[in-house]
Amino acid sequence: MSTDTDIRTPAPPPPEAPREPGRRRSATRLGDRVFAGLSKGSGITLLVIMGAIAAFLAYRAALALSKNEGNFLTTFEWNANAQPPVFGIAVLAFGTVVSSVIAMVIAVPIAVGIALFITHYAPRRLAAPLAYVIDLLAAVPSIVYGLWGALFLVPHLVGPYEWLDDLLGWTVVFSYDGGAPRSLMTAGILLAIMILPIITNVSREVFRQSPQTHQEAALALGATRWEVIRTTVLPFGRSGVISASMLGLGRALGETMAVATVLSPSAILSAKVLEPGGGTFAQNIASAFKEAGEFGRDALIASGLVLFVITLLVNGAARLIIARRKEYSGANA
Amino acid sequence: MKLPRTTRLRAAAAGSLALAGALVLGACGSDDNTGGAASTGGGAQAAAGDVQCAGSGELLASGSSAQKNAVDQWVADFQSACPDITVNYKATGSGAGIQEFLQGKTGFAGSDSALKPEEVQASKKVCKDGEAINIPMLGGPIAIGYNVDGVDDLVLDADVVGQIFGGSITTWNDPAIADLNPDADLPDTKIQPVHRSDESGTTDNFTQYLAAAAQDTWPHEPGKKWPVQGGQAADGSSGVSSQVTQTDGAISYFELSYATASDIDTVKLDTGASEPVEATSENASKAIAAAKVTGTGKDLAMKLDYTTDSAGAYPLTLLTYEIACDTGNNRDNLDKVKSFLGYTASEAGQSKLSQLGYAPLPAEIAGKVRTTVESLS
Amino acid sequence: MSAPPVADRGDAFAIHQPRLPRWAPAGVAVAAAAAAVAVGLGAGLASRVQWGLIAAVLFVAGLYAVSARAEGARKAKDRLATSLVWGAFLLAVIPLASLVWETVRQGVKVLDGYFLTHSMNGVVAIAPGGGIYHALLGTIEQVALATVIATPIGLLTGVYLVEYGRGRLAKAVTFFVDVMTGIPSIVAGLFVLSVWIMGLGFGYSGLAGSFALAILMMPIVVRSTEEMLKLVPNELREASYALGVPKWKTILQVVLPTSIGGITTGVMLAVARITGETAPLLLLVFGNPAINDNPFEGAQASLPLYIYEQWANGNNASYDRAWAAALVLIVFVMLLNLLARLIARFKAPKTGR
Repeated sequence: MSTDTDIRTPAPPPPEAPREPGRRRSATRLGDRVFAGLSKGSGITLLVIMGAIAAFLAYRAALALSKNEGNFLTTFEWNANAQPPVFGIAVLAFGTVVSSVIAMVIAVPIAVGIALFITHYAPRRLAAPLAYVIDLLAAVPSIVYGLWGALFLVPHLVGPYEWLDDLLGWTVVFSYDGGAPRSLMTAGILLAIMILPIITNVSREVFRQSPQTHQEAALALGATRWEVIRTTVLPFGRSGVISASMLGLGRALGETMAVATVLSPSAILSAKVLEPGGGTFAQNIASAFKEAGEFGRDALIASGLVLFVITLLVNGAARLIIARRKEYSGANA
Repeated sequence: MKLPRTTRLRAAAAGSLALAGALVLGACGSDDNTGGAASTGGGAQAAAGDVQCAGSGELLASGSSAQKNAVDQWVADFQSACPDITVNYKATGSGAGIQEFLQGKTGFAGSDSALKPEEVQASKKVCKDGEAINIPMLGGPIAIGYNVDGVDDLVLDADVVGQIFGGSITTWNDPAIADLNPDADLPDTKIQPVHRSDESGTTDNFTQYLAAAAQDTWPHEPGKKWPVQGGQAADGSSGVSSQVTQTDGAISYFELSYATASDIDTVKLDTGASEPVEATSENASKAIAAAKVTGTGKDLAMKLDYTTDSAGAYPLTLLTYEIACDTGNNRDNLDKVKSFLGYTASEAGQSKLSQLGYAPLPAEIAGKVRTTVESLS
Repeated sequence: MSAPPVADRGDAFAIHQPRLPRWAPAGVAVAAAAAAVAVGLGAGLASRVQWGLIAAVLFVAGLYAVSARAEGARKAKDRLATSLVWGAFLLAVIPLASLVWETVRQGVKVLDGYFLTHSMNGVVAIAPGGGIYHALLGTIEQVALATVIATPIGLLTGVYLVEYGRGRLAKAVTFFVDVMTGIPSIVAGLFVLSVWIMGLGFGYSGLAGSFALAILMMPIVVRSTEEMLKLVPNELREASYALGVPKWKTILQVVLPTSIGGITTGVMLAVARITGETAPLLLLVFGNPAINDNPFEGAQASLPLYIYEQWANGNNASYDRAWAAALVLIVFVMLLNLLARLIARFKAPKTGR
């Protein structure tokens, strides 16, 4: 089954309860009213929580921003505890976006590949357990990815980065001159590995549901396996893959521990993604929090609010895409 | 079709509750780690003699990560003598430690720099009829640790250190380094200075030292936040020291105990004395002995001389204070704070320090500290 | 290694189409490997990773070229796709397998009975010893509390959406549940921090952590409840109404029991998900080396936080503890997952379709 994914099966609308027979009417009505009220109340509670999150973060953020001596959007450094406080999110926003984009660029094609592998290429005896294992890997906590990233991945990336520097160093983006590779690129790679199982799971589920009849029809027309996939499976699964990617993007944007453990943070904004430096919203909150005083915490909350808004936008966009795609994809057929 | 009944729901709920309950209550854990290889001093029992165990329950404290290794050891010894008291010291960093103390969340704070006047002012809220004071408890050399293949003995002076961390010396075989180390076989590896990414008292002391002793090559203001942008950075003394062990050509600054713990080579400082001075607890004690008490009343804030050239004094030394109220400490905590700080200031407590890479207080100051701790109310 | 089974079945129709023999991919693979070794030795490339990459690129390109010549462009594209899909799979398996392998290999070093039953009380960070009992206890209590808070709200909201929800409110709830699924955990932590600790002045405690975990858990529970309730056939509800059972009793005694297996699975998967959360706990529970069995008062430890703290200690003894704790955490989460899946399998609702 799908857990926090969003493949929704349209359900038949539940029937309305019939009018009650007269005898136990009042008791029944009371019970119905109480229960309906309870469940409606829970729904409202959720809305209230969401509202409260936005409100409290905004309130605290306003406290911090009113005293900020720097420009919140363009300042590089984060000196919220200094007198006067100077802090801005330019570096954090850049780092968050860059590491997430790297993660997406790596993870999405590979995840789609694995999903296709499981549904259409792997020997059947291998496919089921494989799907299961990847399902389980999606549940590995991010701190474990962080620990593995810091103690295993980072030392093993020196070689590949030097090679990348040899081949593509002239592009500046991929230049690298030694030192521990604790960079945005490393964070992006680790995030990619982390969201890979998540994207794979959802994509696989969608590919599996793609109509068998379409595929058989394409085969009957003499299509090769790739042509079958390209003409029937991929178009059918596109919206699913997009929503899976958005889900992964949401995780990558807000991931804290896996970034905090592998990034060497500093307030520089550089296109050299293999060089140490930069930061992300979540990472900055985690590492600046322990030294932050009351005011510093407010400042961090302000950056958290920005992250909150960004993830809201990404999620909202994903829902819209899915809602619109659904009409054409034939998923309801 | 068979309809399951609500009893199943209840059974499932009861089952999961029972499972959780069994996990929580059934297993029996222990806080007692004395049987293990926990104590490096090995003399927990020996310490028990002069520990006073007034009070009981948990004592929450937080602050400087520079003193963490020492406090860990003190807590281990103290708790084996006073099993009724649990000390929870969290190395959050000096700034956060002071904040939490000022908010009344902790019994005392550890800080690598003395309280600022406005912090003393703010403390009047939490200290009834009194104010917060600095109680020096231990010193420690800040070692400049490095990881260079084939070099296990390195001498630098303040100016060169300033240039390395400022980024104007970039390779290990730079003439400025070679001049100070005529015998060393310096490779042309790139120098990777690693600095603290978080705000820290260690950075504060290190930059104060550079600002005082390397005026020509270090133009930056001292402060808790590293002033130069770019380069390798990591959280905490443990973070930077583990970066040094992992990276060839790396150099960084951290308390000596972290260098000892991870077998990192440390720089000898050429202070102008006849011999380059090694970062040892003994040499740091000599520097502390030359420091002056600048605090008034019960406050024992001190000022170190970073430019000293007296023989064997290691000038790059930090002093860690415990911060508590002179009067008006939280009733629940007072006894515990006095017992614990009383132990740490005692001869037994101070004697643990040098084997961990810290510097004990000179006898004269230690005496004042004991009187002060005794007088807390 | 990748003779595609579907293509093989086409043998009978292959009269008009030239086809590569079955051993062709293997042959190209051997040739590519040999060429890569030659290039690697010739250019003096030290890293075996580079050799592997060169071989892989040569294999894909070589197979495409050979196939394009012998079988035509369409077949060649098909083979290219096959190679890439296999490549994606192998590329992904390496890090994921390494993650699991490394955790197990490093984790078993200090993992023993002592480690599971002792706290870190009085253990010097740089020395070996100590354990995770306090952290495990803290995590179980925090997660249990979060479950107690989140499950009723999530369950009832799910019921509302499926059984009662009409109009604007239901749409808004659906939308915000979707959005809530994407809240970064650290933001949930900041929220509780700003309200509970900074606003209301409470201290750090396991409960504060539970609040943040509950916020993360609620939308997952809502979603799985929703999905499960939708699977309950309407005939059941109608039959119940026909017998004069009021709606609320129908829900409590017919609809929920029918889907309880799936809902339990959803809740357990949500529990597994929040068990590994670190970021909000970093802000809210303070951490504690000693056992604190009261989640409502005083600093507590937690297993994910413990891993982070031990990693941050930055010495070998602490790394060993971090790995061992990571292994315990993974096993714990996996057990929850497996259990959830077992429940799902044996108590799946009978959809009647």
